[in-house]
Amino acid sequence: MSANAAAAGAMPVMIALKRVNKWYGEFQALKDIDLEVRRQEVVVICGPSGSGKSTLIRCINRLEEHERGQIFVEGTELTGDLKHIEIIRREVGMVFQQFNLFPHLKVQDNVMLAPIWVRNLPREEARKLALELLQRVGIAEQAQKFPGQLSGGQQQRVAIARALAMQPKIMLFDEPTSALDPEMIKEVLDVMRGLARSGMTMVCVTHEMGFAREVADRIIFMDQGQIVESNTPQEFFAHPREERTKLFLSQILQH
Amino acid sequence: MPTAAGQTMPHPPPDAGPMGPPRLSLGAAGWVRKNLFGTWINALLTVVAVWLIWRVAFAVVRWALLNASFAEGPASCKGIEGACWSFIREMWPLFMVGTYPASERWRPAVSLLIVVLLGAAMLNGRVRSVRGFWGFALLGLLAAFMLVRGSSLLDLSMPESTRWGGLMLTLLLTIVGIAVSFPFSIVLALGRRSRMPVIRALCVAYIELIRGVPLITLLFMASFMLPLFFPSGFSFDKVLRAQVGIILFSAAYLAEVVRGGLQGVAKGQREAADALGLSYWQTMGLIVMPQALRIVIPPLAGTFIALLKDTSLVAIVGLFDLLGMAQQAVADPRWLGKLLEAYAFAGLIYLVMCSGISAFSRVLERRFKAGQQT
Repeated sequence: MSANAAAAGAMPVMIALKRVNKWYGEFQALKDIDLEVRRQEVVVICGPSGSGKSTLIRCINRLEEHERGQIFVEGTELTGDLKHIEIIRREVGMVFQQFNLFPHLKVQDNVMLAPIWVRNLPREEARKLALELLQRVGIAEQAQKFPGQLSGGQQQRVAIARALAMQPKIMLFDEPTSALDPEMIKEVLDVMRGLARSGMTMVCVTHEMGFAREVADRIIFMDQGQIVESNTPQEFFAHPREERTKLFLSQILQH
Repeated sequence: MPTAAGQTMPHPPPDAGPMGPPRLSLGAAGWVRKNLFGTWINALLTVVAVWLIWRVAFAVVRWALLNASFAEGPASCKGIEGACWSFIREMWPLFMVGTYPASERWRPAVSLLIVVLLGAAMLNGRVRSVRGFWGFALLGLLAAFMLVRGSSLLDLSMPESTRWGGLMLTLLLTIVGIAVSFPFSIVLALGRRSRMPVIRALCVAYIELIRGVPLITLLFMASFMLPLFFPSGFSFDKVLRAQVGIILFSAAYLAEVVRGGLQGVAKGQREAADALGLSYWQTMGLIVMPQALRIVIPPLAGTFIALLKDTSLVAIVGLFDLLGMAQQAVADPRWLGKLLEAYAFAGLIYLVMCSGISAFSRVLERRFKAGQQT
């Protein structure tokens, strides 16, 4: 994907964060975050727990509200304006650590729901779309089951299909493999790899360094609410600039 | 096989075969010995309890069956020691429908059948998931109500509501009360969790006010104060007034039940719905409420049962529900001193109704869970 990185410079900016700050009470979760993500770019965010990675990507579709600074998604600024939030959420898909599938709906209905209600797609078209996407993530045969009957890896793939059903231009992944048993991580990462190859703009919070090395155009290391380092995977792993990055890498790559 | 501490367990002998689970059942005799006669205190308690149960059961059977009279007319009860079921035999229409015209009694019966059939349909997952089922159910309830009330459009006579009574009135007040107050309670519960302070304050105030006042007070208020708000000459039906009081009351209690369910739905569900771009009402209607209402099936049944029994308070404002009719029947000069029979019969009906609702809710809960297997 590194060939992409050069090309990415020519691509339009999809997400732009300018001096974004956020507090939880007295605790500052994000400090002066500046970040630009271009079309088709895959950005991996890593860092120790509590470093603000999740908060950062949850601000991009306003699951969390930033308090200072500006966030633009495809040129639309995220403010309290519900219209803007609505526009942005249509363009941004999200995958959660805990899947958050709707347990009372069948797999297929989980995927069809948003296209029907948000994009007003006719039922039949939505069903076709859902089956296509389930095929793409490799679990079309589970369409009529309930989420509770699937394994964690399968559930997460349904969650990816559900997010893709809105045909988003950007996908956010919030630790998509952290809640999975080790033998199921690969099947989810494979789907994400395919997605990256297809040219999706992606921001992933993950600890999967192998995935980051292989797929990311850029790796961002965060600590204590700040972006400490941002670099290409090669440089990031081979020549980390900051002491904190080195320490983090030594801890995470030991095993 | 005794093993010394620290020593590893010896291998089972080669002919032992695969190890089965430990046997839990001891057989009936073993169970009795273990649980009923385990210690001498247990044995004593068992003996005393069996003796008590025997005495009570025997007395009840003797009174209700062996020495009872089932024949017709007050004369048949002269000099008998047991229950005088002749009284119930003559009075039971009063218990069922009050003074509803005899020629029209089939109407409440059909209404009851409709309600029972709707309940049965609700238990069937395939029927329930047919689109428009809930709308159809609502229409069914409405039809059942119109059948009892009568309508000039349908060419059904309209018996005065003062003639409604007995079990029919009890069920009517309860079912209409729950059905009408349920939507209100959902709005109240959502309002109570709203981010808008004025809406939240109003909902909290309403819920706490109603819950802080006994139903009897509400019934009085509805009966005597409601008419004051309307121009004189505008007469308000007595049953309707009590019904309003009951709706106000049950809305507050149901709201708290629903709120409990809302709190039981994982936060991630709302986040996922938000991330997909669903609006607030879509999120609530499609994602949060269906899950919340499943959680609250048992407490919902509890509220239903409580309300069913609480409606007996309408006797205070001059209506004759099941219990009111029992009192009414007892006052008949032809049948004096039939208190026990009247209350036993009314109690039995309450018992059947309440355990029916409770069994219904258990099955409903199980059916809802069956598909999801979380």
